Amino acid sequence: MEQINNISNVQMDDSKTVVEIKNLRKSFGKQEVLKDVTLQLYKGENLVVLGKSGSGKSVLIKCIVRLLDPDYGSIKVLGDDVSFIKRNELSKLRMKIGFLFQSGALYDSMTVKENLEFPLRRIKKKMTQKLMDEKIAEVLENVGLLDALHKMPSQLSGGMRKRISLARTIIVDPQIMLYDEPTTGLDPVTSDEISLLINQVQKKYKTSSIIITHDIECARATADRLVMLHEGEVYKDGNIGDYENSDDPFIKSFFKG
Amino acid sequence: MKTKLPVVKIVPKIRDATIKISEKTIVKTEQANEFLVGVADFFLFLARTIRETFSRNFEFKEFLRQCHQIGFKSLPLISITGAIMGLVLTIQTRPILDGFGAVSLLPSMVAISLVREIGPVITALICAGKVGSGIGAELGSMKVTEQIDAMEVSSTNPMRFLVVTRVLAATLMIPILVLYADAMGIMGSWLGVNIKGEVSFVLFISQAFSVFELIDFLPAVVKTFFFGAVIGLVGSYKGYTAGRGTESVGVAANSAVVLASLLVIIVDMIAVQITDMLI
Ligand SMILES: Nc1ncnc2c1ncn2[C@@H]1O[C@H](COP(=O)(O)OP(=O)(O)OP(=O)(O)O)[C@@H](O)[C@H]1O
Ligand SMILES: [Mg+2]
Repeated sequence: MEQINNISNVQMDDSKTVVEIKNLRKSFGKQEVLKDVTLQLYKGENLVVLGKSGSGKSVLIKCIVRLLDPDYGSIKVLGDDVSFIKRNELSKLRMKIGFLFQSGALYDSMTVKENLEFPLRRIKKKMTQKLMDEKIAEVLENVGLLDALHKMPSQLSGGMRKRISLARTIIVDPQIMLYDEPTTGLDPVTSDEISLLINQVQKKYKTSSIIITHDIECARATADRLVMLHEGEVYKDGNIGDYENSDDPFIKSFFKG
Repeated sequence: MKTKLPVVKIVPKIRDATIKISEKTIVKTEQANEFLVGVADFFLFLARTIRETFSRNFEFKEFLRQCHQIGFKSLPLISITGAIMGLVLTIQTRPILDGFGAVSLLPSMVAISLVREIGPVITALICAGKVGSGIGAELGSMKVTEQIDAMEVSSTNPMRFLVVTRVLAATLMIPILVLYADAMGIMGSWLGVNIKGEVSFVLFISQAFSVFELIDFLPAVVKTFFFGAVIGLVGSYKGYTAGRGTESVGVAANSAVVLASLLVIIVDMIAVQITDMLI
């Protein structure tokens, strides 16, 4: 507990909070997925979110970009309350946020190159074709898939799709990154590379990130702080040491091995 | 005690029956409610589509791609069905006209039925199958695999990018396909006439259009724009509002075809009524 308090004290400064979630509640019909979630993401921090399958982790980050509307509570992103801003302001805010979908969500009807160009054309409107091509080559190199440039998504393996989709997310240099299970379904070597890439993105562009993962190796490699969701609430908030030394059987079951 | 027995027996029966009826009523009410919500939803979707159509930033490239997809790629199917339509109609009509000794009217009779009714409706129904299900399945799978969400977080309005382009492309392409099908049908009809006795193509065409007036043509063309809009809109609506899970894609495609076909027939009925009143 002491360590948690220390972290909080150092980073409680309001100007350093990029995402602030207060008392978030979200249900689908009778199913209450998030009951009361209060959570901050501080500037420059990698925050790992842990939780069982179906605990509402994806729902949580979808609420942040307002793909889902919360039932109750407030979400402030870079100072703006996402529930109350106008559509064009929301659109501007979304330009600053990168979202890696759990399923990848590559556009099936477009080649890898067109997939990567899509956000560039819409977010960095003034970019020349030459600069775009350079940027595309750079991110593809980062995910180790330069030769996939002209392939269709259907020709890629699951892991390759995930990496292309990661490339598409980081291509616009977002200030906030939301990664939904970036390493699930990848082999250990590639997983390590992705973890490394997440850290590089954090250092190079000073991004603040929320990383949802089940992969403890990835969590160890990337996390500055970890939050565990359980039964619709924040179950534990702390750094990796707190979790590994915890006596709580539920947390232990996550970290065994 | 004995006299009371029948009442004692009957009361629970009545109670059970009442419960059953009220349960059924609740289910029916829920179904009716769902239906009404669906209808309201559809009109909201229509309103949103219209609003987005007249906003700035029209997605021209995607619109052209959809015109190619909906128009050009349907040509082979429409060619074959159009020609067969004309051929069959001619072969079927000939004996009837023969009975009245009016075979010379055959070309114009076939041309009028083709252009006024059979061409537009059959082509629209075929397109409801091909185009409607195509749009429904494509948007449905984009919805299920979060591609529509991904577009939204890339600051792209998916209604504008996906729906407006498809609805407009269908509205524009279906009339062209119908005209093309009419032409193919008339060719097919010429073939049918030529099965028994030679008629030159020029003579056939002049016979076919001898009694033809603008009033045969214009309402038929106008209604095809509505057919196109209906097909594009229903396909988009069913795809865009698909549920979660892969089976929703099939459901979206299927219900798009069913609803689009039904609406095409209904629009046709309304169009015929209006034309009838105006003339
Ligand atoms: N759009 C939606 N409509 C209805 N229910 C939903 C929707 N999105 C999520 N749910 C439900 O909310 C619950 C939490 O889903 P969520 O995807 O957030 O889980 P998760 O924590 O990301 O799990 P996983 O680790 O398996 O991805 C699930 O039971 C899911 O069925
Ligand atoms: Mg998830």
